[in-house]
Amino acid sequence: MLKLKCPACGVEAEETEFAAGGEAHLKRFGPGSDDRDFTDYLFGRKNPRGVHFERWRHAFGCGKWFHAARCTATLEVFGTYSARTTEPPADIVAAIKARRPGWEGFK
Amino acid sequence: MSEAISVLGGARFTGAIEITEAGLQGMISLRGDLADAALRAAVTSATGADMPDVRRITFGDTGQVAWMSPDELLLLVDYARADAVVADLSAALANKHHMAANVSDARAMFRLHGTGAREVLAKGAPVDLSPQAFGIGDLRRTRIGQLAAAFWMTDAETFEVVCFRSVGEFLFDWLCVAAEEGSLPEFL
Ligand SMILES: [Zn+2]
Repeated sequence: MLKLKCPACGVEAEETEFAAGGEAHLKRFGPGSDDRDFTDYLFGRKNPRGVHFERWRHAFGCGKWFHAARCTATLEVFGTYSARTTEPPADIVAAIKARRPGWEGFK
Repeated sequence: MSEAISVLGGARFTGAIEITEAGLQGMISLRGDLADAALRAAVTSATGADMPDVRRITFGDTGQVAWMSPDELLLLVDYARADAVVADLSAALANKHHMAANVSDARAMFRLHGTGAREVLAKGAPVDLSPQAFGIGDLRRTRIGQLAAAFWMTDAETFEVVCFRSVGEFLFDWLCVAAEEGSLPEFL
Protein backbone atom coordinates (compact mmCIF):
# COMPACT_ATOMS: atom_id res chain seq x y z
CA MET A 1 0.00 0.00 0.00
CA LEU A 2 1.33 3.39 -1.04
CA LYS A 3 0.49 6.66 0.63
CA LEU A 4 0.75 9.65 -1.68
CA LYS A 5 0.30 13.35 -1.05
CA CYS A 6 -1.61 15.11 -3.80
CA PRO A 7 0.21 18.40 -4.51
CA ALA A 8 -2.99 19.94 -5.93
CA CYS A 9 -5.22 19.60 -2.87
CA GLY A 10 -2.77 18.67 -0.12
CA VAL A 11 -4.48 15.42 0.87
CA GLU A 12 -2.26 12.59 2.01
CA ALA A 13 -4.25 9.52 1.06
CA GLU A 14 -3.75 5.88 0.39
CA GLU A 15 -3.34 4.29 -2.99
CA THR A 16 -7.00 3.39 -3.53
CA GLU A 17 -7.95 7.06 -3.82
CA PHE A 18 -5.57 7.48 -6.79
CA ALA A 19 -5.19 6.04 -10.28
CA ALA A 20 -1.75 5.17 -11.65
CA GLY A 21 -0.87 6.75 -15.00
CA GLY A 22 2.43 5.09 -15.95
CA GLU A 23 5.86 6.56 -16.49
CA ALA A 24 6.32 10.32 -16.10
CA HIS A 25 8.37 12.74 -18.20
CA LEU A 26 7.82 10.97 -21.52
CA LYS A 27 8.93 12.97 -24.52
CA ARG A 28 6.26 12.81 -27.17
CA PHE A 29 7.13 11.79 -30.74
CA GLY A 30 4.11 12.31 -32.95
CA PRO A 31 3.21 11.74 -36.60
CA GLY A 32 6.11 12.51 -38.90
CA SER A 33 8.75 11.48 -36.40
CA ASP A 34 11.28 8.74 -36.93
CA ASP A 35 9.68 5.25 -36.73
CA ARG A 36 12.08 4.12 -34.03
CA ASP A 37 11.37 7.21 -31.84
CA PHE A 38 7.64 6.83 -32.37
CA THR A 39 7.75 3.13 -31.40
CA ASP A 40 9.76 3.93 -28.29
CA TYR A 41 7.35 6.68 -27.35
CA LEU A 42 4.35 4.36 -27.74
CA PHE A 43 5.75 1.17 -26.28
CA GLY A 44 9.17 1.67 -24.67
CA ARG A 45 8.97 2.13 -20.92
CA LYS A 46 11.56 2.10 -18.17
CA ASN A 47 11.18 -0.69 -15.67
CA PRO A 48 13.80 0.08 -13.05
CA ARG A 49 14.44 -1.71 -9.81
CA GLY A 50 14.74 1.38 -7.67
CA VAL A 51 14.02 5.06 -8.28
CA HIS A 52 11.14 5.63 -10.66
CA PHE A 53 9.07 8.64 -11.75
CA GLU A 54 5.38 8.10 -12.29
CA ARG A 55 2.19 9.91 -13.21
CA TRP A 56 -0.73 9.61 -10.83
CA ARG A 57 -4.20 11.09 -10.77
CA HIS A 58 -6.19 11.96 -7.66
CA ALA A 59 -9.08 10.10 -9.23
CA PHE A 60 -11.47 9.95 -6.28
CA GLY A 61 -10.37 13.33 -4.93
CA CYS A 62 -9.69 16.62 -6.69
CA GLY A 63 -9.22 14.88 -10.05
CA LYS A 64 -5.82 16.43 -10.83
CA TRP A 65 -2.77 14.74 -12.34
CA PHE A 66 0.59 14.94 -10.56
CA HIS A 67 3.95 13.21 -10.51
CA ALA A 68 5.48 10.94 -7.87
CA ALA A 69 9.06 9.79 -7.30
CA ARG A 70 9.25 6.44 -5.58
CA CYS A 71 11.30 3.28 -5.23
CA THR A 72 9.89 0.24 -7.01
CA ALA A 73 11.82 -2.13 -4.75
CA THR A 74 10.79 -0.78 -1.35
CA LEU A 75 7.70 1.31 -2.27
CA GLU A 76 9.29 4.27 -0.46
CA VAL A 77 7.85 7.52 -1.78
CA PHE A 78 10.48 10.25 -2.09
CA GLY A 79 7.98 12.94 -2.93
CA THR A 80 5.19 14.14 -5.20
CA TYR A 81 5.21 17.26 -7.37
CA SER A 82 3.27 19.19 -9.98
CA ALA A 83 2.89 17.59 -13.41
CA ARG A 84 3.65 20.95 -15.04
CA THR A 85 7.34 20.18 -15.46
CA THR A 86 9.50 18.18 -17.85
CA GLU A 87 11.91 16.93 -15.21
CA PRO A 88 11.90 16.33 -11.44
CA PRO A 89 12.38 19.56 -9.44
CA ALA A 90 15.52 20.13 -7.35
CA ASP A 91 13.90 19.36 -3.99
CA ILE A 92 12.70 15.97 -5.23
CA VAL A 93 16.15 15.16 -6.65
CA ALA A 94 17.70 16.17 -3.31
CA ALA A 95 15.24 13.99 -1.38
CA ILE A 96 16.11 11.00 -3.57
CA LYS A 97 19.87 11.59 -3.25
CA ALA A 98 19.55 11.80 0.53
CA ARG A 99 17.98 8.35 0.62
CA ARG A 100 19.81 6.75 -2.35
CA PRO A 101 23.35 8.22 -2.44
CA GLY A 102 24.33 5.88 -5.30
CA TRP A 103 21.44 6.89 -7.55
CA GLU A 104 22.67 7.82 -11.02
CA GLY A 105 20.27 10.79 -11.39
CA PHE A 106 17.35 11.53 -13.67
CA LYS A 107 17.89 10.87 -17.35
CA MET B 1 -42.57 20.73 -17.40
CA SER B 2 -42.06 17.32 -15.85
CA GLU B 3 -42.28 16.81 -12.13
CA ALA B 4 -38.82 16.79 -10.54
CA ILE B 5 -38.09 13.99 -8.09
CA SER B 6 -34.93 13.18 -6.21
CA VAL B 7 -33.29 9.78 -6.60
CA LEU B 8 -35.05 8.11 -3.65
CA GLY B 9 -37.82 10.59 -2.88
CA GLY B 10 -36.59 11.36 0.63
CA ALA B 11 -36.01 7.75 1.79
CA ARG B 12 -35.11 7.26 5.45
CA PHE B 13 -33.34 4.61 7.46
CA THR B 14 -32.95 4.40 11.20
CA GLY B 15 -30.35 2.04 12.61
CA ALA B 16 -27.26 2.91 14.59
CA ILE B 17 -27.62 6.36 13.05
CA GLU B 18 -30.29 8.09 10.96
CA ILE B 19 -29.81 8.26 7.20
CA THR B 20 -32.01 10.49 5.06
CA GLU B 21 -32.02 11.08 1.36
CA ALA B 22 -32.07 14.88 1.23
CA GLY B 23 -34.73 15.25 -1.46
CA LEU B 24 -34.52 17.92 -4.13
CA GLN B 25 -31.34 19.91 -3.56
CA GLY B 26 -30.04 22.63 -5.82
CA MET B 27 -26.42 22.00 -6.81
CA ILE B 28 -24.32 24.08 -9.17
CA SER B 29 -20.94 23.08 -10.49
CA LEU B 30 -18.80 26.17 -10.98
CA ARG B 31 -15.39 25.95 -12.60
CA GLY B 32 -13.02 28.82 -13.18
CA ASP B 33 -10.20 30.79 -11.57
CA LEU B 34 -11.06 30.65 -7.87
CA ALA B 35 -8.76 33.60 -7.16
CA ASP B 36 -10.69 35.85 -9.53
CA ALA B 37 -12.41 38.75 -7.72
CA ALA B 38 -15.52 38.70 -9.94
CA LEU B 39 -15.98 34.97 -9.38
CA ARG B 40 -15.57 35.33 -5.64
CA ALA B 41 -18.06 38.19 -5.50
CA ALA B 42 -20.59 36.27 -7.60
CA VAL B 43 -20.31 33.20 -5.37
CA THR B 44 -20.79 35.24 -2.22
CA SER B 45 -23.76 37.12 -3.63
CA ALA B 46 -25.42 33.82 -4.65
CA THR B 47 -24.96 32.08 -1.30
CA GLY B 48 -24.13 34.64 1.35
CA ALA B 49 -21.12 32.44 2.14
CA ASP B 50 -17.43 33.34 2.00
CA MET B 51 -15.09 31.58 -0.39
CA PRO B 52 -13.98 28.31 1.20
CA ASP B 53 -10.34 27.42 1.79
CA VAL B 54 -8.89 24.26 0.30
CA ARG B 55 -10.96 21.20 1.29
CA ARG B 56 -13.47 23.28 3.22
CA ILE B 57 -17.14 24.21 2.92
CA THR B 58 -18.67 27.52 3.95
CA PHE B 59 -22.23 28.19 5.03
CA GLY B 60 -24.27 31.29 4.17
CA ASP B 61 -27.85 32.53 4.52
CA THR B 62 -28.86 31.38 1.06
CA GLY B 63 -26.46 28.55 0.29
CA GLN B 64 -23.26 26.65 0.89
CA VAL B 65 -20.01 26.69 -1.06
CA ALA B 66 -17.91 23.53 -1.26
CA TRP B 67 -14.27 23.45 -2.46
CA MET B 68 -14.06 20.56 -4.91
CA SER B 69 -10.71 21.05 -6.65
CA PRO B 70 -8.26 23.89 -7.38
CA ASP B 71 -10.59 25.17 -10.11
CA GLU B 72 -13.98 23.88 -9.05
CA LEU B 73 -16.68 24.73 -6.52
CA LEU B 74 -20.01 23.12 -5.76
CA LEU B 75 -22.71 25.61 -4.76
CA LEU B 76 -25.66 24.29 -2.77
CA VAL B 77 -28.78 26.42 -2.99
CA ASP B 78 -32.54 25.88 -2.91
CA TYR B 79 -33.60 23.59 -5.74
CA ALA B 80 -35.99 26.20 -7.16
CA ARG B 81 -33.26 28.88 -7.25
CA ALA B 82 -30.61 26.85 -9.09
CA ASP B 83 -31.38 27.99 -12.63
CA ALA B 84 -31.56 31.65 -11.57
CA VAL B 85 -28.25 31.36 -9.74
CA VAL B 86 -26.63 29.82 -12.82
CA ALA B 87 -27.96 32.72 -14.91
CA ASP B 88 -26.55 35.25 -12.41
CA LEU B 89 -23.16 33.51 -12.33
CA SER B 90 -23.03 33.34 -16.12
CA ALA B 91 -23.86 37.04 -16.39
CA ALA B 92 -21.28 38.02 -13.78
CA LEU B 93 -18.57 35.92 -15.47
CA ALA B 94 -19.64 36.53 -19.07
CA ASN B 95 -16.20 37.59 -20.31
CA LYS B 96 -14.20 35.11 -18.19
CA HIS B 97 -13.21 31.54 -18.88
CA HIS B 98 -15.59 29.55 -16.66
CA MET B 99 -18.37 26.99 -16.52
CA ALA B 100 -21.53 27.19 -14.41
CA ALA B 101 -23.94 24.28 -14.69
CA ASN B 102 -27.05 23.26 -12.80
CA VAL B 103 -26.27 19.66 -11.82
CA SER B 104 -29.08 19.30 -9.24
CA ASP B 105 -30.76 16.43 -11.06
CA ALA B 106 -27.47 14.67 -11.74
CA ARG B 107 -26.50 14.32 -8.09
CA ALA B 108 -27.88 12.68 -4.96
CA MET B 109 -27.44 13.93 -1.42
CA PHE B 110 -27.75 12.15 1.92
CA ARG B 111 -27.70 13.26 5.54
CA LEU B 112 -26.13 11.04 8.18
CA HIS B 113 -27.08 12.02 11.69
CA GLY B 114 -26.10 10.47 15.00
CA THR B 115 -23.19 10.02 17.38
CA GLY B 116 -21.97 7.11 15.24
CA ALA B 117 -21.99 8.96 11.91
CA ARG B 118 -18.18 9.13 11.83
CA GLU B 119 -17.97 5.38 12.37
CA VAL B 120 -20.39 4.61 9.53
CA LEU B 121 -18.44 6.65 6.97
CA ALA B 122 -15.11 5.36 8.27
CA LYS B 123 -16.14 1.86 7.22
CA GLY B 124 -15.94 2.82 3.58
CA ALA B 125 -13.79 5.93 3.16
CA PRO B 126 -9.98 5.91 3.43
CA VAL B 127 -10.06 9.08 5.52
CA ASP B 128 -9.09 9.85 9.11
CA LEU B 129 -12.49 10.76 10.54
CA SER B 130 -11.44 11.21 14.16
CA PRO B 131 -12.67 14.49 15.68
CA GLN B 132 -9.08 15.78 15.84
CA ALA B 133 -8.62 15.25 12.09
CA PHE B 134 -12.04 16.08 10.64
CA GLY B 135 -14.48 18.67 11.97
CA ILE B 136 -17.32 21.00 11.05
CA GLY B 137 -16.64 22.71 7.73
CA ASP B 138 -14.03 20.18 6.60
CA LEU B 139 -14.73 18.51 3.28
CA ARG B 140 -13.32 15.48 1.54
CA ARG B 141 -13.77 14.18 -1.95
CA THR B 142 -12.92 10.52 -1.76
CA ARG B 143 -14.52 7.14 -2.21
CA ILE B 144 -17.16 5.39 -0.09
CA GLY B 145 -16.90 1.70 -0.81
CA GLN B 146 -16.02 1.90 -4.49
CA LEU B 147 -18.01 5.01 -5.30
CA ALA B 148 -16.78 8.57 -5.79
CA ALA B 149 -18.41 10.86 -3.23
CA ALA B 150 -17.85 14.05 -1.29
CA PHE B 151 -18.83 14.67 2.32
CA TRP B 152 -18.59 17.32 4.98
CA MET B 153 -19.86 17.98 8.49
CA THR B 154 -22.55 20.54 9.22
CA ASP B 155 -22.55 19.96 12.98
CA ALA B 156 -20.84 17.63 15.45
CA GLU B 157 -23.15 14.70 14.61
CA THR B 158 -24.21 15.35 11.04
CA PHE B 159 -22.57 14.65 7.70
CA GLU B 160 -23.87 15.57 4.28
CA VAL B 161 -22.79 13.28 1.43
CA VAL B 162 -23.13 13.85 -2.31
CA CYS B 163 -22.62 11.38 -5.14
CA PHE B 164 -23.76 10.87 -8.71
CA ARG B 165 -27.50 10.26 -8.98
CA SER B 166 -26.94 7.09 -11.04
CA VAL B 167 -25.36 5.40 -8.01
CA GLY B 168 -27.52 7.09 -5.37
CA GLU B 169 -29.61 4.04 -4.57
CA PHE B 170 -26.53 1.85 -4.27
CA LEU B 171 -24.85 4.32 -1.92
CA PHE B 172 -27.99 4.60 0.22
CA ASP B 173 -28.16 0.80 0.52
CA TRP B 174 -24.44 0.66 1.29
CA LEU B 175 -24.79 3.26 4.04
CA CYS B 176 -27.79 1.46 5.54
CA VAL B 177 -25.81 -1.78 5.79
CA ALA B 178 -22.89 0.11 7.32
CA ALA B 179 -25.29 1.63 9.86
CA GLU B 180 -26.93 -1.61 11.05
CA GLU B 181 -27.82 -1.49 14.72
CA GLY B 182 -24.98 -2.91 16.81
CA SER B 183 -22.46 -2.85 13.98
CA LEU B 184 -20.39 0.17 14.97
CA PRO B 185 -16.90 -0.56 16.31
CA GLU B 186 -16.54 2.68 18.27
CA PHE B 187 -12.89 3.08 17.41
CA LEU B 188 -13.12 6.82 16.89
ZN1 LIG C 1 -5.92 16.09 -4.92
